[in-house]
Amino acid sequence: MSDQEFVPKSKFGKWFNDRLPLLSLANHLTDYPTPKNLNYWWTFGGILTFCLITQIVTGLTLAMHYIAHSDLAFGSVEHIMRDVNYGWLIRYVHANGASMFFLAVYIHIFRSLYYGSYKAPREVIWIIGMIIYFLMMATAFMGYVLPWGQMSFWGATVITNLFSAIPFVGEGIVAWLWGGFAVDNPTLTRFYSLHYLLPFLILGLVVLHIWALHVPGNNNPIGIDIKKPSKDTVPFHPYIVIKDAFALLMFLIVFAFFVFYSPNILGHADNYIEANPMVTPAHIVPEWYLLPFYAILRSVPDKLLGVIAMFAAIFVLVILPWLDTSKIRSAVFRPLYKQFYWILVIDVLILGYVGAMPAEGLYLLIARVATAYYFIHFLIILPLLGLKEKTIPLPLSITEPVLGGFPNPSTVRNKESLH
Amino acid sequence: MRNIFKIIYLITLILFGSFQISAAEKVELLKTDWSFKGIFGKFDRGSLQRGYQVYTEVCASCHSMKYLSYRNLSEKGGPEFSVDQAKAIAASFEITDGPNEDGEMFQRPGKLSDKFAMPYANDKEAQAANGGAYPPDMSVLAKARSGGVDYLYSVLLGYEDPPSGVILDDGVYYNKYMYGNNIKMAKPLDDGLVEYSDGTEATEEQMAKDVVTFLMWAAEPHLEARHKMGFKAIIYLIILTILVYFSMKKIWSRIESEV
Repeated sequence: MSDQEFVPKSKFGKWFNDRLPLLSLANHLTDYPTPKNLNYWWTFGGILTFCLITQIVTGLTLAMHYIAHSDLAFGSVEHIMRDVNYGWLIRYVHANGASMFFLAVYIHIFRSLYYGSYKAPREVIWIIGMIIYFLMMATAFMGYVLPWGQMSFWGATVITNLFSAIPFVGEGIVAWLWGGFAVDNPTLTRFYSLHYLLPFLILGLVVLHIWALHVPGNNNPIGIDIKKPSKDTVPFHPYIVIKDAFALLMFLIVFAFFVFYSPNILGHADNYIEANPMVTPAHIVPEWYLLPFYAILRSVPDKLLGVIAMFAAIFVLVILPWLDTSKIRSAVFRPLYKQFYWILVIDVLILGYVGAMPAEGLYLLIARVATAYYFIHFLIILPLLGLKEKTIPLPLSITEPVLGGFPNPSTVRNKESLH
Repeated sequence: MRNIFKIIYLITLILFGSFQISAAEKVELLKTDWSFKGIFGKFDRGSLQRGYQVYTEVCASCHSMKYLSYRNLSEKGGPEFSVDQAKAIAASFEITDGPNEDGEMFQRPGKLSDKFAMPYANDKEAQAANGGAYPPDMSVLAKARSGGVDYLYSVLLGYEDPPSGVILDDGVYYNKYMYGNNIKMAKPLDDGLVEYSDGTEATEEQMAKDVVTFLMWAAEPHLEARHKMGFKAIIYLIILTILVYFSMKKIWSRIESEV
């Protein structure tokens, strides 16, 4: 990293730092040069870290009261809601926290797509991010099973059954996942164990994600390489810290509205009915954040191909840095990409919508078109666009754009007033 | 090229419009003014107490409420019966306890710490007594149906004669709002079915409203505390956000860039 050698002032500090450079790390994090033109879409990294910590802390507390047993799980959740001090608050923060976590991660991912943050030299950050996203989905899915309501049970049945599509070994894998011949107590206990484990894997990957970020430094809305430190950067503390704090507070207000005033709106009513293997709900739907993938899965008539399409939808994101052939990062300078970007956003929203609807008639048709477009965007449009597109000339730096470029407020303002 | 994009946007808009239309085909639920809705929403104490009376005199003969205890009836934010009243209510039920020193189960009057007495010994008995239909436990019923309290209220008031051509089996009734319109519960409420001690007229609508309010409290006993804390938390967050905003402006004024 490009920091200068840091020498602690106190004697003890120096002694300790020579043995374990924690103070150097703290110094690096404080001084870390950050592009000064980062907009609010860049604050979601900090928000996501907050979400992860919140989920871990509330989750640990819930685990003290929850009982992972198919006969007792539902009742233990009601015990938390009724008799544990502020149990209702902890559970609602945890349940809505998952939704908020996904809301933030989707904004974070789409920010990256818009500003080309996944491109060289940041491919590794992106891939680690995608692994985190994948683990988040696995963790959230297993967490949704734990209250052992009807949607828990039938969601688990549908999703685990997907693996039976694998030729030859599928049935064996499903029995292995279930720990029996149906979703039952062994399934619940292993999901509980894994739901407890995965967040800590995510936490470790987040550390790697941030470490990998601190090697090349942040991308920025203009998407150009900048010198660090320079007039284009500000130290992380206090500038970015206070901005992230402001954005986090705005986010928390939204979060609080869900927790206190409509805590169940993002869940499904059927999950307040205790799991019953004898009664299948009319519509089995996953949580909202998994709906686009659910739509892709159901839009393919063949079960195995559907499962492959669903996993491929995530895999195309992993290899995105090599699918996008354009050297220009930010969509600001890519007029055509900008249009396709917004079409993709709409496409994913449509997928989410039809994912919640029954897979029949018009909905199925729309799901198929949207699924096809999703893959066309990544596999055909992006590779070709990079070769064909006429881009707008890039500025040389954040503070000094080329003539006719973007009027950056920092250049308009009087530069002398500062020093 | 630009035109193509305009067309695509337009198509999307039309598609979303048609989704809205198809979503509006559902039966409109009956609405009433719930006191517990909204940011300052609170339960109406009288309504909760009357609702408990309807539950215990009408519903409880078939529907259990296994996650509630008699002590809940005197707790803050609920019907708030006095502790003595709640004790008297509990004592009016026979609870099976045991085994005693002789290894026998025995009956005793209920205590505050007891869960609500169950109408049936087990699910099978409940089904056998109700023509094969299981009367759902009412502890979280208000959260367990889409439409929530409005749906429950509508089902209670939605009994009517089946439209011509619809033939119902024995023990099945027609309900306008029930999923599939067939319900195995006979019309539970009729004007004057219970006698309210506070003088409120026991109309069908009044009883439905009271008992659904009671069910909402049963499903969400800390609703009032939640609303109260939420208001404080959000006011606190807004003030803190404003303070942090001005700190941020101040700090960023040192450099020539906007936040």
